[in-house]
Amino acid sequence: MRPAHNRLTVNGELREVLFDATKTLLEVLREDLRLTGTKHGCELGECGTCAVLMEGRPVLSCLVLGVECDGADVTTVEGLAEGPALHPLQEAFADRGAAQCGYCTPGILLTAKALLDRNPHPTRGEIAEALSGNLCRCTGYLQIFEAVEEAARTERTDPPTQGRTYRPADAQARPRAGDAR
Amino acid sequence: MMRVPAFQYYRAPSVRDAVAALRDGGAEAMLLAGGTDVVPNLKRRQQNPALLIGIGHLPELRQTTNGAGLTLGACLRLADVADDPRVRAHYPGLAIAAGKVATPQLRNMGTLGGNLCLDTRCNYYNQSYEWRQAIDFCMKAPASTGGQACTSPDGTGICWVATSSPRCWAVSSTDTAPALIALGARVTLASADGRRTIPLEDLYANDGMAYLTKRRDEMVTAVHLEPGDRSWRSTYRKLRRRGSFDFPVLSVAAAVRFGKESAVEEARIVLGAVASWPVLVPESASLVGKPLTDDAIEAFAEQASQLAKPLDNTDFALGWRKKMARAYVSGALKELRGDAVRRP
Ligand SMILES: Cc1cc2nc3c(=O)[nH]c(=O)nc-3n(C[C@H](O)[C@H](O)[C@H](O)COP(=O)(O)OP(=O)(O)OC[C@H]3O[C@@H](n4cnc5c(N)ncnc54)[C@H](O)[C@@H]3O)c2cc1C
Ligand code: SF4
Ligand code: FES
Ligand code: FES
Repeated sequence: MRPAHNRLTVNGELREVLFDATKTLLEVLREDLRLTGTKHGCELGECGTCAVLMEGRPVLSCLVLGVECDGADVTTVEGLAEGPALHPLQEAFADRGAAQCGYCTPGILLTAKALLDRNPHPTRGEIAEALSGNLCRCTGYLQIFEAVEEAARTERTDPPTQGRTYRPADAQARPRAGDAR
Repeated sequence: MMRVPAFQYYRAPSVRDAVAALRDGGAEAMLLAGGTDVVPNLKRRQQNPALLIGIGHLPELRQTTNGAGLTLGACLRLADVADDPRVRAHYPGLAIAAGKVATPQLRNMGTLGGNLCLDTRCNYYNQSYEWRQAIDFCMKAPASTGGQACTSPDGTGICWVATSSPRCWAVSSTDTAPALIALGARVTLASADGRRTIPLEDLYANDGMAYLTKRRDEMVTAVHLEPGDRSWRSTYRKLRRRGSFDFPVLSVAAAVRFGKESAVEEARIVLGAVASWPVLVPESASLVGKPLTDDAIEAFAEQASQLAKPLDNTDFALGWRKKMARAYVSGALKELRGDAVRRP
């Protein structure tokens, strides 16, 4: 089987990639584009950790074939922060303890971002519905809902550039997202 | 890690090219719309087509047109169907069903046509290759095919659900088909030879392997709904373990048209996930001509639940699922009658 050759926009940058044509978008992102923020979970559409945005809508990258992504516009968790400034969702997740092991976090952040882009003032019920395809085995979801609500409030009052600056030391001090698979 | 096996990919530039490729590819070709059923099946080696024909991007299949009724393109995403204001206003049963499929992300990917053609499901079949190999596979995906689904028995596999059965009992698990059948929908099938339009219920056969009556070289291009008349009311109820992710273990779709003095003029009740096809309850006609009284509803619910013959190949205990069929039918009809009942 010949390798596939795609041009796609990832986190705002045009990328050209040559990859084994049987790969899923998840595998292309992690193995060929070295963007390992997107996590490998069940691989069958049953957990939501691999969620990324395609044309702004959350989809499961484990079920998208790489060959179908030519010309696509993809956002991964690496595309959330603007330079050193974290996205308000990332800040709220850190502050509220909405990430424990962190494995589900990338998929939840992106799904929540798509919700807030479409509906900046969601109710608790709307947040729960939007995140109902993302499993978390640590937090019990409550902190996640609170963090999304807090981010929604922040987005209303602060321009995004005033987010807290990310320092590598912070990342070391906090438990790191598991990357076992 | 589960990798997808090797395949050729053809991104069809039009429906005409897609059906030509489908004809030329024969048994080795398969359509790929949203991929949310195909890709897991590839990973588990339940299906292993040599050629995947991509149609999910085709604008001609992603249109909703208003005319005499509503025509929904086969590649509309389920999220778009569920959110469409016309669907919500006139065909609420469909909006509810589409909005209850899988999860929000899967509804952004999965298409209406893919949902109608979804593979049938069974606890002995929707498993990894190694799991199925350990039980020596089964009739739907026998060892002689390398554990891949085939459409007619080849005499080498048995059915683990009913070991003396000559047929496969895998379960029709689509949410939108029961809702659309209740609403009297028709589907257009296209092939290299032309197009034909049939009632949606005629697309299905009660066979876990050959569950679609269409020819291999035909594809669904559109679903047509009759004009949404205000006197039609419709709803959909779905039983599953979790409120998200899970396929239906039982579903009830009901559409009723009321005339003068609340008498029923037409009624179509469909049970989902209780057989290898959606079951259009023949006794629906018995509701016509009188109002939906408690007695009429309970008598009908009892009759309809007799059609639910669950087997031990999905979630939950058998006897309970059968009891729930009765409760769900009666709940759906009470809801359409106007009772303030909570929808599960
Ligand atoms: C975790 C999980 C949960 C799920 N839960 C549900 C659920 O609750 N309810 C439910 O109904 N489904 C569920 N699904 C199944 C699936 O997501 C949906 O049925 C979806 O609508 C399938 O559409 P698709 O476009 O992704 O299909 P695909 O995977 O692209 O195709 C499915 C089948 O239909 C054929 N096909 C596709 N388009 C056409 C066409 N236009 N004409 C003819 N044949 C065609 C394909 O060749 C294939 O055989 C679930 C899936 C997962 C992974
Ligand atoms: S019903 Fe029987 S033949 Fe069909 S998939 Fe299940 S075990 Fe296999
Ligand atoms: S890895 Fe994609 S849904 Fe679990
Ligand atoms: S934080 Fe561990 S799974 Fe969600």
